[in-house]
Amino acid sequence: MGGGHGSSVDRLHIAGNTVIHRLAPQVKIVATFAFVISVAIAPRQRVEVFAVALVCVLAFIAVARIPVRVWLARCAVILPFMTMAVLVPFVGGGEQTEVLGVSLSTDGLWAAFNIAAKALIGASASIVLAATTPVTGLLEGFARLRVPRVLISIVAFMIRYLDLLVAQLGRMRTAMVARAHDPRWLWQAKPIASSAGALFVRSYERGERVHQAMLARGYTGVMPDLVEQSRPRSDWWAAIIVPAPVVAVLVLGLL
Amino acid sequence: MSCAPLSVDGLCFTYPGEHHRALDGFGLQVVAGERVAVLGPNGSGKTTFVMHLNGLHQLQQGAITIGDLEMCDDNLAEIRRRVGAVFQDADDQLFMPSVRADVAFGPANLGVPKGDRDAIVERALTQVGAMDLIDRTPHHLSGGEKRRVAIATVLAMDPHMLVLDEPTSGLDPFGRRELADLLVSLPQTQLVVTHDLPFALQICPRSVVVSGGRVVADGPTSEVLADTALLEANRLELPYGFDPSRV
Repeated sequence: MGGGHGSSVDRLHIAGNTVIHRLAPQVKIVATFAFVISVAIAPRQRVEVFAVALVCVLAFIAVARIPVRVWLARCAVILPFMTMAVLVPFVGGGEQTEVLGVSLSTDGLWAAFNIAAKALIGASASIVLAATTPVTGLLEGFARLRVPRVLISIVAFMIRYLDLLVAQLGRMRTAMVARAHDPRWLWQAKPIASSAGALFVRSYERGERVHQAMLARGYTGVMPDLVEQSRPRSDWWAAIIVPAPVVAVLVLGLL
Repeated sequence: MSCAPLSVDGLCFTYPGEHHRALDGFGLQVVAGERVAVLGPNGSGKTTFVMHLNGLHQLQQGAITIGDLEMCDDNLAEIRRRVGAVFQDADDQLFMPSVRADVAFGPANLGVPKGDRDAIVERALTQVGAMDLIDRTPHHLSGGEKRRVAIATVLAMDPHMLVLDEPTSGLDPFGRRELADLLVSLPQTQLVVTHDLPFALQICPRSVVVSGGRVVADGPTSEVLADTALLEANRLELPYGFDPSRV
């Protein structure tokens, strides 16, 4: 792989210098988590909570200068949930409501709204986090939040070698196509299955070589703590401000 | 920074489950600061030998001494610090999410406090001329850049000796020339395992030829490469039109 190609994971990051980009990653992680949780626990009938959350998330997208097209394209990950949400009113029981001449379950309609609203807002918040924080920043953020080092290492290794794996798969596919393999039907899947096996073996061997390279540099079985010296950050206000409007509306309704 | 002599005597090694000896009485003496090319065909035992220098293969028979340290389990950590191994595939060597973290990995394992690591990382990267890559991710680097960063990862451990396995593989001619300049500028004792005979001639005054798990020839690189019978007997071949006596 030559220089300049973005990796599949780093492609989510959109370089910028907005106030959201500049926040410390650990603050952004906590803020996103708090925001998503406060939306997730909102009862489905509390439409005003979802309205406020949507306004907030749109504001974050605007402040972070994430192009609307990019946001919508990335929202495609929630499409499977949306499909399910659409089905619920048709199959739901209980009280029925007439919508455009079709009898739908009222309960089902609320359930669909609940799934759709929470999925859209949750995904959008994650999109803002991923677009404004490089992967290394996220890893560093999780390390600062005292997530066990072994978990961070697993994710870091996965990210580091995912692209190599994809590239290797691509080369094997090219090699097959170059020898006139043109899979269209299920019974032609055998070469793909055996190439998956070969890929596994190659990955396993790479894992061994990486482990030896680690041992050669004094690895003793414990990943060293590589988080840089902590710089004093006064960003934690963001972790309170980000979920504050949603929490405020949520709590006001309970009074 | 210091450099250490290397002494290898009667090294024998058989891979588990095999009868064939990968190393069969391998012996080599290298004086401090010397650059020696280790030449030989595929399967001659070069890589097995490299693994031994870093204690990655358990010693079965024979002895290895690096400086005043004999290879044994008690000295393993110190030997791994003193011997910097640069592996053939730089993607195996660069496993951390950023160049900075990768170069800091060795010093961190050695217990260098966080505050001192930045200076070490910057010094190692400056030494290989890769300071501008410090915040990049390793998989975004070109082949030549990866190789230089891989060398920086071991220089950060202040090694006395460098062992490079096929350092020119996958490099374009420009990257290869840069690597030659870099290796010549480093003071450490160096063992350069390679198939690239012109590269060996360019940077190593002395070469050994390995075959069947032992050293079968040892001498000035220009003489070794001029011995066509020796090269042919060991499946070594100069590039077409290359005449070592006219370099």
